[in-house]
Amino acid sequence: MSIDWLNFSPAASLVGGLLIGVACTFLLLGIGRFAGISGIVSGLLDPGSRDFGWKSAFVAGLVIAPSVLKPFSLVEWPDLQQAGGTSGSLLDFVLGGFLAGIGARLAKGCTSGHGICGLGRFSRRSLVAVVLFMGAAMSVTYVFRHLA
Amino acid sequence: MIAVRVARPVIALLSGLLFGIGLFVSGMSNPAKVQAFLDVFGAWDPSLGLVMAAALGVVVVEFHGARAIDRSFVGEPFHWPEPQPVDFPLLVGSVVFGVGWGIAGLCPGAALVGLGLGQLPAAVFVTAMLLGIALVGQMTDDRGQ
Repeated sequence: MSIDWLNFSPAASLVGGLLIGVACTFLLLGIGRFAGISGIVSGLLDPGSRDFGWKSAFVAGLVIAPSVLKPFSLVEWPDLQQAGGTSGSLLDFVLGGFLAGIGARLAKGCTSGHGICGLGRFSRRSLVAVVLFMGAAMSVTYVFRHLA
Repeated sequence: MIAVRVARPVIALLSGLLFGIGLFVSGMSNPAKVQAFLDVFGAWDPSLGLVMAAALGVVVVEFHGARAIDRSFVGEPFHWPEPQPVDFPLLVGSVVFGVGWGIAGLCPGAALVGLGLGQLPAAVFVTAMLLGIALVGQMTDDRGQ
C-alpha cells in the first residue's frame, strides 16, 4: 500500500463530510427522518405514499446541488463523462447501478443509511453492512486493477 | 397543519441540497476519486475515509442529543429504526451493493449529484439502480422505509 499524497484532499473531505453530517442532522431534527438515500430514492417508486412529498424534495435537493454551486465558481466543474468506471465503458454504470439498487434494497441501506446514519447510531446491522460492502467494493477494485 | 405541510418538503429539499453540496465538495461525486479510495493496494487516496469520519463525528453528537428531545421541529416523533437482527438479506445485499459500488465508483447519493451535473454515466446508473430497487420491491413486496 502506498498513499497517493498528491490527490489526497483532507480539507475538502473534512468540509464535505461535515456538510453531509449537518444535512443528516437537519433532516432528523427537522422532520424526524434519517437521510438514508437508497430508502429515500425507493420512495420515488411509491407515489401514493405519505412520504412521497418530502422524499422527492430531498432527491431534488441532491440533483440541483451542483447547479447551486456553479455560479459561485466554488468548485471545478468536472468532466465525468470520461472519469470513472472500471473499464471506462457505460456498461460499468448499467451493471453497477443495477447491483447497487438490488443490494441497497435488500440490505435496507447504502453508504449513507448504513455508513453514516447507521454507524452514527452504533447499529450492529450497519457495522456488518459497512464492513461487507467496503470489503466487496475493495475486492472488486483489486480484481479489476491488479488481476484483470 | 398547513405550516407543517410546507415545512416538511422545504426542510427535506434544503437537507438534500446540503447533502449534495457535501458530496460534491468532498469529491465523492467523482467515481475516479471513490475508486482511488477503494484501491487500497494501489496508490491509495484515503479522502473518502475522512469524509465518512467527519460526517460520523457530526451525527454521533447529534443522535446523542436527539435522544434527549422528544419530537422533531415539525412535531413528528423521530423515526428511529426498529432494532432488527443481522439477517441473510442484509449480508447478501451488502455484498451485492459493494460490488455495484466498486464497479461504477458511484453510490446512490453521488449518482444523483452526477445527474445534476448532466453526466450520462450518472443518468445510466440512476436508471439501472431504480430498476434494481423496483425488482427487489416486486419480489419481496415490502415497502421502502
